Amino acid sequence: MIFQIELFIPELYLLTLIGGLFVLTVGPQSWWRFLRYLPLAAGVGIGVAAVSFQFSGLMFYGAYQVDALSQFFKLAIFLGLAVTCLNAMNQPTLSEEKRPDYFLFLCLSALGLMLLSSAVELVTIFLALELASYSLYALIPLRSKEPAAAEAGIKYILFGAVVTALAMYGLSYILGVHHTTYLSELATKTWSWSETPAALIGIALFLGALFYKLALFPLHFWCPDVYEGASNETAAFVATLPKLGAVVVLVRLSSLLDPSMEVTMLLAVLAAVSMTFGNLCALVQTDLKRLLGYSSVSHAGYVMLGIVAGTPAGLSAAAFYAVVYLLMNLACFWVICRLSTDGRNLKLDDLNGLYQRSPGLALVLAVSAFALVGLPPTAGFMGKLFLLNSAWMEGYHWLVIIAVLNSAIAIYYYLNLVRHAYTRDAPVNASGDVQAVPNPGLLWGGLLAAAVLWLGVAPGTIFTMAQVAGAALLP
Amino acid sequence: MTESGFPVLSALIFFPLLAAVGLFFLRDERTIRLYTLVVGLIEMGLAAPLFQFDLSTANFQFVEIMPWVPAWNMNYHVGVDGISILMIFLTVLLLPLCVLCSWTYIGKRIKEFHFCLLLMIGACVGIFSALDFVLFYIFWEAMLIPMFLLIAVWGGPNKRYASLKFFIYTLAGSTLFLAAIVAFFVNTGTFSIPELMTHEYAFNFQFWTFLAMALAFAIKVPMFPFHTWLPAAHVEAPTAGSVLLASILLKMGTYGFLRFCLPLTPAASEYFAPLMITISIVSILYGGVIALGQKDMKKLIAYSSVAHMGFVTLGIFVFTMRGVEGAIMQMINHGITTGALFMLVGAIYERSHSREIADNMGLGKYLPAYMFFFGLFAIASFGFPGTNGFVSEALVLIGVFEANYLLGALTIPGVMLAAAYMLRLGLKLAWGQPSQAANWKDLNTREWVYLAPLAVLVLYLGLMPTLALKTINPSVVHLLNQYETRKTLHLESSLQPEPPAQVVQLPATRGTDQ
Repeated sequence: MIFQIELFIPELYLLTLIGGLFVLTVGPQSWWRFLRYLPLAAGVGIGVAAVSFQFSGLMFYGAYQVDALSQFFKLAIFLGLAVTCLNAMNQPTLSEEKRPDYFLFLCLSALGLMLLSSAVELVTIFLALELASYSLYALIPLRSKEPAAAEAGIKYILFGAVVTALAMYGLSYILGVHHTTYLSELATKTWSWSETPAALIGIALFLGALFYKLALFPLHFWCPDVYEGASNETAAFVATLPKLGAVVVLVRLSSLLDPSMEVTMLLAVLAAVSMTFGNLCALVQTDLKRLLGYSSVSHAGYVMLGIVAGTPAGLSAAAFYAVVYLLMNLACFWVICRLSTDGRNLKLDDLNGLYQRSPGLALVLAVSAFALVGLPPTAGFMGKLFLLNSAWMEGYHWLVIIAVLNSAIAIYYYLNLVRHAYTRDAPVNASGDVQAVPNPGLLWGGLLAAAVLWLGVAPGTIFTMAQVAGAALLP
Repeated sequence: MTESGFPVLSALIFFPLLAAVGLFFLRDERTIRLYTLVVGLIEMGLAAPLFQFDLSTANFQFVEIMPWVPAWNMNYHVGVDGISILMIFLTVLLLPLCVLCSWTYIGKRIKEFHFCLLLMIGACVGIFSALDFVLFYIFWEAMLIPMFLLIAVWGGPNKRYASLKFFIYTLAGSTLFLAAIVAFFVNTGTFSIPELMTHEYAFNFQFWTFLAMALAFAIKVPMFPFHTWLPAAHVEAPTAGSVLLASILLKMGTYGFLRFCLPLTPAASEYFAPLMITISIVSILYGGVIALGQKDMKKLIAYSSVAHMGFVTLGIFVFTMRGVEGAIMQMINHGITTGALFMLVGAIYERSHSREIADNMGLGKYLPAYMFFFGLFAIASFGFPGTNGFVSEALVLIGVFEANYLLGALTIPGVMLAAAYMLRLGLKLAWGQPSQAANWKDLNTREWVYLAPLAVLVLYLGLMPTLALKTINPSVVHLLNQYETRKTLHLESSLQPEPPAQVVQLPATRGTDQ
């Protein structure tokens, strides 16, 4: 077994953080003050991941591949972790004694996702996926005095368990037919319905586990309920980072499997249905987190455009969009978390007059909402454009048309967020003054919004990184 | 980076955007208005190098090109030709005028209002100068956001409904446009508009891309039956919003037809020309008839815009030199006169707090200066000889008659309708009774300042249109030559054995005109 320490630097760094957090969970309460440095430590992780960008190689008997793609996603995971930790620092619904445990699980889940981004063997992928999921099973119900949280936790665990079982079942089919679980070897095998139907069923079932994480139709049903039940800060994590993990594995799978195999048409259909279903359901939502839940179902469909294309251009577009989605969704959740000072779920009407109450937050919300629609000059537009280009190049014209028509549907509910924030009057208190929103941390929300705008205007650097990552997979 | 050294177009695009950031540091209302006014005047000064425009060539000038997303062959590529330069002049001129006409009209959220104005102007200059398809689309969509806010925040009682309708209509229309852009890129491997113009496309491809683009443009123009967002948006928008909508935003659609449909999809343009002409004539007649029955001044002018823009699309799709030249002139002239009419409606609304014609009658005796301007812009609007409207409408009509006498005959009632609704409005405003105008003051200096330049332009373009026509002529000649050649090429190629099914139909439909 080859082990090169320089290939494992980001993971080791995160493991060190997790070790530190474990010490905090068992140590005296006076040590908990160190928790406040966690976002900074995660931020340093971005630098660590950036430094290790230059390394590449195989480890652990070829099951663990460090390449441009994995390093790109590790960097994005550290970025997401830093923002979610910062976001979750003052979580109103989290009881004080559970705070170190909360962050421990958050980092463990991120570690699972990080391992997932390098895993190139089905069992390793499965284990990494489970590590990322198990931590979330513990995190989601951690919302004291909220019955919906328990319901959300149970739903996530039960459905997650079913999907795990299905994935294992699929894995056994693949192993049984092709006698290997290494993606590089699987790429050389036949994946035709006429020759190896069992293997095709196996891969479809295995993909199910990833679709579950990605909340792609028809495995999306947990998503709005879990978002609604989990605390705002946890939902911000669940809505963003696990999606990155799912995308990275899908990118690996699609790059190694023949793009012409029958399953890609099935993926294209699922993408189309997911986009349409997610958007139509989001239209009628009034709870912000449910709205974002259904919107994430539709965004899962968008990401699939790049996966379906299966070309370096498609894979890099999917990778780029995943990072863009992380940023714009985090910006949106940032506003929700700042607004919900008591930790309750926000309705659309709670945004009324946000402009008067906090112009900064209203601007961050507007930028993220317009980015989620895919409106220029935001990163959401560039991400969608790259995805559409790559899908059209591979002849999926109908899918591109469905995608752009779905953008038209999505305008309504995303624009609703901006309308409530900018055109409705703010609630007034007894003395007739507008109820101002305390907005600590506006700077960070502003930075997220600026990043979303910056990636829209100058996507070159990050897209080139995504392109290197995508090209490395397909010679 | 640029031929002339000074990146004049980038300066025009980004100066207002950068200046908009400066607004955040200002607090006093008057300072904010003055600051934006000065920014507008500087912007006009920045446009001065554009007067070096070479009138003898149809090439794109003041070109700037820089790599943007090399992986997808996207460039920051801007430049102007005879078709776009006049629109840029108009856009730049409108910024200080809009600030002035909103001086007392806008009373809340002053900073944000001027912020939106500056964003709008930057994006609009971007639209008319973009030579990269993605860059064009970015500006095309980006200007929707400030416009949406202008209507939604500073609009009238039904602002929420109007702003939402405006946003959803126009954005939904342009989503398919994005698909067309992607299709062009995949077909050619470039987003560069000049480069795309040199490629030949299969008829089937042209057919679908034309439809996708034309839907977006038709909504923006707006052509009947996609016009329903316009009266709502115009009526609810604040004066500056209405002015920008009428003067610039509507022109984006017709500009799109000229810039993309004719050069990129000539065969499909030819194929769909009968449909486009029919819709244009319906728009002219429908807009005129509906305007005739309006009681609200803004609604009347809004419906008259539907009719006037019908002349533009009609002029474009008859494919004659005079028709297209008239269409471009009409784009400029409609921008000037309708913009001015909306400013006048705003001015009288500040006095009477009503846009109803019945509440604003009898101005001739008490507000002579106001009626002078109103009369001038009204007669320009229906194309009275000596005004700018006459030049463009006459050119379009000549172009239409050159193409087909029947079409010309069908268009003439539209001209008469325009005279009818404008004269009816003018008569009522000037001499209608009973008058509440006795207590109102006539135009003040500020109002003179923003109306006078437009009045001068009305007369200048009406009496001496030569310079404007010289500016657009080479580009129009080039556009039509290119169109004719490529249409012919297409028809020749369609005679080859086993052409696609649609190609076979083309000579049968329009081939007799050759």
